[in-house]
Order: sequence, then C-alpha cells, then structure tokens
Amino acid sequence: MNFHLQLWRQKSADTPGKFESVEAKEITPDCSFLEMLDIVNNRLVAAGKEPVAFESDCREGICGTCSIVINGIPQGPDRGAACQVYMRKFKDGETIFVEPFRAGAFPILKDLIVNRSAYERIMRAGGFISEHTGGAPDASAILISKPVADAAMDAAACIGCGACAAACPNSSAMLFVGAKVTHLNLLPQGKPEAKKRARAMVRAMDEEGFGNCSNYYACEAVCPAAVNASVIAKLNRDYIAGEISEAVGAID
Amino acid sequence: MILDAKIPAGPIEQKWTNFKNNAKLINPANKRKFKVIVVGSGLAGSSAAATLAELGYQVDCFCFQDSARRAHSIAAQGGINAAKNYQNDGDSVWRLFYDTIKGGDFRAREANVYRLAEVSRNIIDECVSQGVPFAREYGGELANRSFGGAQVSRTFYARGQTGQQLLLGAYSALSNQIGLGRVTMHEHTDMLDLVLVNGHAKGIVTRDLLTGEIKSYAADTVLLCTGGYGTAFYLSTNARGCNVTATWRAYKRGAAFANPCYTQIHPTCIPVAGDYQSKLTLMSESLRNDGRVWVPKKKGDNREPQDIPEEERDYYLERKYPSYGNLAPRDISSRSAKEACDDGRGVGSSGLGVYLDFSDAINRLGRKTIEERYGNLFEMYENITGESAYERPMRIYPAIHYTMGGLWVDYNLMSNVPGLHVLGEANFSDHGANRLGASALMQGLADGYFVIPNTLGEYLSTQFGGPKITTDLPEFKKTEEEVRERVNRLLSVKGKVPVDVFHRELGLILWDECGMARSEEGLKKAIAQIKALRERFWKEVSVPGVGAELNQSLERAGRVADFLEFGELMCLDALTREESCGGHFRVEHQTPDGEALRHDDKFADVFAWLFKGDENTPELVKEPLHYEAVHLATRSYK
Repeated sequence: MNFHLQLWRQKSADTPGKFESVEAKEITPDCSFLEMLDIVNNRLVAAGKEPVAFESDCREGICGTCSIVINGIPQGPDRGAACQVYMRKFKDGETIFVEPFRAGAFPILKDLIVNRSAYERIMRAGGFISEHTGGAPDASAILISKPVADAAMDAAACIGCGACAAACPNSSAMLFVGAKVTHLNLLPQGKPEAKKRARAMVRAMDEEGFGNCSNYYACEAVCPAAVNASVIAKLNRDYIAGEISEAVGAID
Repeated sequence: MILDAKIPAGPIEQKWTNFKNNAKLINPANKRKFKVIVVGSGLAGSSAAATLAELGYQVDCFCFQDSARRAHSIAAQGGINAAKNYQNDGDSVWRLFYDTIKGGDFRAREANVYRLAEVSRNIIDECVSQGVPFAREYGGELANRSFGGAQVSRTFYARGQTGQQLLLGAYSALSNQIGLGRVTMHEHTDMLDLVLVNGHAKGIVTRDLLTGEIKSYAADTVLLCTGGYGTAFYLSTNARGCNVTATWRAYKRGAAFANPCYTQIHPTCIPVAGDYQSKLTLMSESLRNDGRVWVPKKKGDNREPQDIPEEERDYYLERKYPSYGNLAPRDISSRSAKEACDDGRGVGSSGLGVYLDFSDAINRLGRKTIEERYGNLFEMYENITGESAYERPMRIYPAIHYTMGGLWVDYNLMSNVPGLHVLGEANFSDHGANRLGASALMQGLADGYFVIPNTLGEYLSTQFGGPKITTDLPEFKKTEEEVRERVNRLLSVKGKVPVDVFHRELGLILWDECGMARSEEGLKKAIAQIKALRERFWKEVSVPGVGAELNQSLERAGRVADFLEFGELMCLDALTREESCGGHFRVEHQTPDGEALRHDDKFADVFAWLFKGDENTPELVKEPLHYEAVHLATRSYK
C-alpha cells in the first residue's frame, strides 16, 4: 500500500512547526501504524535526513507512551493506543495527517513528542492511598464485593496517555483525574482520604491549566482504555463534597 | 576472585528470620543522611524508591520514559504468585519455594528462593492496602487462578493487566513520596555509566534525553533496577526501550554478569508475520488454563482448523505431560512447539505456529465467561491478526520474553562491586535457568518492598564517617568525559545504515544460534558473526543530528552498541555451559526423548563473568550452588 503522510515537524518547544509531506510507499497492510513510521524513518535516515521524533515503548497498548493524533483523532481510529492501529484500516493512496497531542498543558517538545509532566504533578497531589510498606493487614481481611472491585478496575485501567485532554475542546483532564479518583475512592482502602484526594487532585489539575468538563464526551470516545465518562460524575460528587466539607470545617 | 553469597546460617526456614534478627540497623536520624540512587522505575525500582523514602533515606530515582509509570513491568499480563493458600488446595511457602527451584531446573540459589516464597504473602497484603484492584469473588474474597509449573491456584490477578495494576500501586506510593519531597524523580534520563570511588559504586552519569545534557549524580549507594536484556534479540515481547546499557556499563566497571545465557522464551506469543515487525505480542500464559494446544497429526496438513477432526489432532502437551498438560512450564512448552514445527506440523502461512484452542472451554463455560476472563487478550489478538479467537483457534509461537541472567548479587542483593545493588529482573538470583509464570512480578516487588529495605544497612553501616562524595571528585569528571567521548564517537561515524538494521541483524543471529536450541558449532559461528557485525556498526552506522538535543537515533545507537558487545557474552556463556537446563537447551545434551539433560556434577554453579578489557576474554568465576534443603532431581512434568 502507498500513503501520503502529512507529518508535523517542529524542531523544539519554542520554534514554530508545520506539516511536511512524506511518502510512505510499499507498506504491508499487516504493518502497525508505528511500524510504518519506523519504515519511513529508516528511509529518511538512509537518505541522510532527520527522522521524525515520536515516542512509543511497549507497543502493545498498555504503557501509554504514544502521544500522536492520526487524522485529527488522538491515538488514532478505533479503540486502543496509536500502537494498536494497523495499516489495513486505511485506504490505499490515502492522505494521513499525523500530529502531536494538542493541549495547552502538554507543550510540544519536538515533532510528535509532548511534555505530559502535568499529569505527574496531579498524581503527586493526591493520586495515592497514604500507607507505608509493612503496615498492611492480611489481604483477606478486607472484603470487596465483585461489582465494586470490577468498577474500580474499570477506572484503574486508565493508561495515563493524555488522549482525553488532547481530544477535549476545553483541554480538560477530568477523565484522567476522574479515573484515578474513582478507582481509589470506590475501594474501602481509599475511603479515609476520599474527599481530600478529590479536592487536591482537582486543584492541581486547575493549576496546570486544564479546562473543565462541558459534557462533550470526546474524551470517552478516544480513550484507549475505554474509561467511561461516568468517572467524571463521581469526581464531581467527591470534589463538591470535599469542598463543602472544607468550607464548613467538617471532619472528612 | 571468590564470590561470597553471604547466605545466613541456619535451616532454610530460619535463614531470613535469622538475618533480620542480626541485621545491621541504621537509626532514623542517620537514614536521612544517606543518599540512594535508584535507576529504573518498574516494579523493583518504584517499590524500592518508595519504600526507602518512607524509611527516611534521600532518594533520587531515574527512568528513561516520560513517566515512572511507563516502565515495562506495566505490560505484564497474567498475575503474581503468593503462597497464601486462600484456596485451601495444599499450597505453602515450601511448595512455592520448591516449585520455583524445580521450575528453574535446580540452577537458582536456594536461600534466595525460599525468602522470595516467604515474603510473597506480604506482597499481596501490601498491594491490596495500596488499592490494587485484584479480581474478587462475589462474596468479596480474592480470586486466584493457576499458572504453568504449579498444581495449585496461587496466582492473584487483575484481569489481564496485573503488571499494570501492580506498577500503578508502586507508582502511586512513589508519587506520594515525590510529592512529600523525599524522592527526586528524574524522568527522560538515561543512565550511561556507573561511577566508582575507591572501588565503591558512588554515582552515575546520565544523559538528559530532552536536552542531551550529560550530568553526574552522587550518592552513598546505587540500586540498579533496570530490567532484563531480552531486546538484544530485537524481536521480543519487551518494550522498544528496554536495554542492557545500565547493567552492561556496570559490568564494564567490574560487576560480575551471571548466567547471561539463561533467557526465557515464552510459548504463547503471536507468531512473526513479516520483517517490518518491531515487536512480538504476548498472549498471557493464563490462557493455557482454558486453551488447549494442538497441531495436526499429519505433516503439511493445511486444512482449516475446524475441518481437522478430533482424532487427527495432536494435543501434544497433554500427550507428553499428562499431569501438567497445557500448564507445563514455559521452557518445556516452547521447546515442544518448536519440535512440532520442525517436524513439519506447524500451522499458519510460515509453518511457525501452533493452535491454542478455546472451543472446549467456550462449550463448557459459555462465551461470556471466556470473555470475562480473557476479553482484552482476545481483542488484542484480533486487532493484530484480524482473526477472532472465539471462532477459530489462536495461532501462537514462542518468543523471547524474560531474562533470568543478570548481574551477580549476594543474599543482600549487592553485587561484587561494593555499594552496587541490583534488584528485579536485572539481577540473576531467583529464577535459575527458567522462570515460572507469575513469578517476575513477585520477585520485583519482593526485592523492592521487603528485601532491600532490610539488607541495605549491611553496606551503609560500613559507610559512616567516610569522605563526602560529591560530583566534584575527579572520578566523576573522568567518567563523564568517557561518556561524552562515547556519545561523540557514535555521532562521528557518519555512515549510511540506520541503527535498526544492525539491531535486527543481531537479533536474527541470537535467535538462530542462541535461542530455543543451541549448539557448539552454531554458537561459535554466532560469536564470529557478532564480532563482524560490531565492526560494521562502528564503520557504517548513521546517527543523524547532534548530541545536545532530543535525539532518538543517538539513544538507540548507544543501546544497540552495548547489545552488540553483550550478545557475544551471552553466546560465550551458552557455549561454556555444556549441559541443558531450563531455557538453555544444548542439542548435544538431551535425553533420548528430547528432554533437557543436566550435568549436575559439572555445572551446578552460577557462571559469573568478569570484564577483562575489550580485547580479552572475560574471566569466568563460579559460585557453586549448595542444595541443602532440596535434592537435585530430574525435572519431570509427566
């Protein structure tokens, strides 16, 4: 198969970028999208040109390193991360636009690579259960019903890639933060800090410059881990309870 | 040199307790004075960094990814073993210990493995307390599944994403400590060398992957938690970024590299489809709980699987190993698949594949149950191959998955270089010549949460009152200079061949000659080919761009350069070990029915290799393995 690529090229964070036309010729349909980019890059290198920079690691859809937008869709068409997109999904001769995630809180570093450290800072504000190694009771002492464990797992499946914020017209990170809060706040172990966690993570999110949710659901549509937008409702509920609780000086 | 494993005295059940009772403690005020460098943020690295910070040490943690949470532990699917015996099916610490020793084909260090089985129980407690959403039964109890090489159900799991959930647990503990200011996290930072001061590991030299800045960090001790070297084979189930650089650089600074030829080939991966491929995808071993492995009885039978009648199918694992059946250990299952394919009975267009068939399980349990157990794996399979495993059997073939070899460590997880500790897959100690499924997660977390916090004091207690270590010392400046030279050398080759081409070629050499079957002739040939390839690399490689910028070609070139040296050591180790054991199968050493033939009289040792200069053969030092608690036996899963 042959494709006309429009690749975003940008030397560094503070230089302007632009789309550049690159031909991807004789590509096997069973090739993954990133393998197609590998082939294109190796051809560029062999011709003495600089390859396009993009990040990937596990290439099985779980590490969340992928940060590209294919034809306007963060992480590309279909469910799963960009590394799970296969060339057989495209038409022969198609023009494909490839660009980095677009969100103010994810500045572009080079070509298709963005800086997602904002998510790290949100996690450090409250994305954990405060406990220390060695202090745990026997695992069987805590009973958790299957539906609760399953719902926590659905939220915990988030791969932290940032596609939600990149897809959102408000660049909101609420699907990500909602997933974290839902996972931990649903479980009995996470209850003692539930309100504090929601408060701290939402505040950190605001500080990073992410917007708010306006029920557009673009995040849910692109989420490679199929995290449901209902986590945002859970986040809002716990956040409001947390704010009220702090405002009235309640013990939470 | 003699490698002293420092195994505590006493009967095996008492060794860890005895050790802890007599361990050197560091008081809380003094812990705050010690700096610890942790390289790598997978299960071993994140758990160690978080736990040591909780104890009060000043920790610097490094990873090459953009987030600690992306380390390759995240991709582990199936589960984590623990001797909880929640199922009341006869499990115990002893049984997990014995299964692991036997699974490793009696080439692991007894005392370390027993300790691993012992602390396995604490790991599950710890993870649950962090909020890891393990699978549960309706009443709220923890669920278990069985895994290869065991006859009990002791594997805890979180769907097919157990590694992800365990790493997120460790990462959340780490994030907490970073937020509290007790850990300084350095993402996008590659360790390129180890710094020794008076023979002790006291720091590292790194390259900032965003700016290209080369910089040193000093500490009182260094922990390498940098994973395995499976990516030496190019195609593997490992992540693209996995590399041997940190451990290889430590080796070149004097740390012994143990059993590099012990590599694990996982039996259930999606077969290779073409030369464009960048990685192989694992289909979790847990699938073998419900899937049945078979090939046609007739050679070259290319009928569709559903057209092959039951009596013309060879369920070879069930036939050869009736008591373990489809749950035979990984090395044995892989080799059996290779035998079937070598015999001309492989399936798929390449003939390098066997069927993993779920039709019986779907008939017995219903599609919904199978979907619940393995839904994400089936989806992944369909996405990659375009075939639905609900409708036709999966095609699978073995692929490189894990490496049991690694830097040599003593009972305290310290290498022969004082101050250099090695945890998780990066060390060699617990899995012998073959690792059982669901044991890697267990070992990574055991090392980080429970072993190193107790053993680190043995070294640090000897370091009071020494001279202050700072990066101003000439040792740091010298190592930095050497790193810069190496980077510049890569940039100045200015050839025309992309790095990937060399990596792929090295991978093919290793897969053909140092893969599932190895021979003296093949290994000698491989060593010569690797030497020639290395020479070509340094004449022809193309590394565009400059050093002081985000330069992915340069990152890869450095890693491949190290693999090109390391691959030779792997082959040398395989050549020297003239026996078959676990994942190391020398065709010259097999029983009449094709099983691995060990030579305990000559090879019940750890082979540890010491660097003696680029032009010289490395020196082999042996650590004899003393089996006091178990008897060396021929491994049988029949």
